[in-house]
Amino acid sequence: MEYLLIVISAVFVNNIVLSQFLGICSFLGVSKKVETAVGMTGAVMFVLVLSTLATYLLMKSVLEPLGLEYLRTISFILVIAALVQMVEIALKKVSPPLYQALGIYLPLITTNCAVLGVAILTIQKDFNLLQGVLFAFSHALGFGLAMISFSGMREHLEYAEIPARMKGVPISLILAGLLSMAFMGFAGIGA
Amino acid sequence: MTHSENFTKGFFKENAVFVLLLGMCPTLGVTTTAFNGLGMGLATTFVLVMSNIVVALVKDLVPDKVRIPTFVVIIASFVAIVEMGLQAYIPFLYEQLGLFIPLIVVNCIILGRAESFASKNSVLPSMIDGLSMGLGFAMALTMLGTVREILGSGSVFGLSFVPQGATTILIFVMPPGAFIALGYLIAGINALQARARKPKPVAAKAPEPLPAN
Repeated sequence: MEYLLIVISAVFVNNIVLSQFLGICSFLGVSKKVETAVGMTGAVMFVLVLSTLATYLLMKSVLEPLGLEYLRTISFILVIAALVQMVEIALKKVSPPLYQALGIYLPLITTNCAVLGVAILTIQKDFNLLQGVLFAFSHALGFGLAMISFSGMREHLEYAEIPARMKGVPISLILAGLLSMAFMGFAGIGA
Repeated sequence: MTHSENFTKGFFKENAVFVLLLGMCPTLGVTTTAFNGLGMGLATTFVLVMSNIVVALVKDLVPDKVRIPTFVVIIASFVAIVEMGLQAYIPFLYEQLGLFIPLIVVNCIILGRAESFASKNSVLPSMIDGLSMGLGFAMALTMLGTVREILGSGSVFGLSFVPQGATTILIFVMPPGAFIALGYLIAGINALQARARKPKPVAAKAPEPLPAN
């Protein structure tokens, strides 16, 4: 039950993009087509879970025992950057098709605040390892849900008649606002 | 580019939020009030100026291949300083901004300026560049925060101007309002720029844009 609540809360109630404002850059940047949105979601899911696992272990087994909590931000960002590089190299070798699909999105992810944000949130919420990984995974699911539905709507937006000044970014932001309003309907479920 | 041109570009021509669309997460996340927007903007300005100075100082010592990781460590160090400083001296703001303080590290403006400006220029221009982009960012955040605070809670910088118990448009202090308010602000600025461009460049200073709703 507790685990189910983590999932529901992360995917719907506290959606990472639409109510916590993490990962907005990629949300607005690569959501012009459904195809690229799916690719980005895959890459984020992969890196988010791996980096949460790595940073959780780093925090619990190195930083906390040594009393170095103040190095959290610096060490986390380094671990994430190194991890993204390693994943990129490993994917290139092990699975070229997957690398082809995710490759261009991977370098972008280092500066995706969703990854660092979820890593820090996991520590702040005092989860155990399993809960933390589940927390990261469901946040990635929520990212995918928001990203893919948003890109679907943006594809339709291409054919709409929009006042000249609202074209491009402004109308996309308003669309995101409406989507976020729809997600507010989930507020209160499970708390 | 003269120093004054270098300084003014961050406010209008290359404003990080309105024109370059960088650093959107804190822009949308913390601007529920004008004060929070200003606080976040100034914290980011501090990190930006300091990291630009240090990057400009060490740029010749750093091998090209490890350039980006080095910059990230420099930025992260200053973010840790800001984080501890705020926690110690302005705990109220620290609570309000929360997660978005450590996330200054991944604000694309900072790494972007380090990579595209400070790593190619000397210390003084880099400092001015950081100040300009940072204050431009702070200005944008304060503007968005003011709009959201006026519409959402009927106050400016915490000073209420509506009678007690009056109904305000609450949606503007909630997440959807952030997207919508920024959307209209950018549309308004696009319109102003288009107007300024037509009859020959008039005055460089654009008037305060109004929310278009």
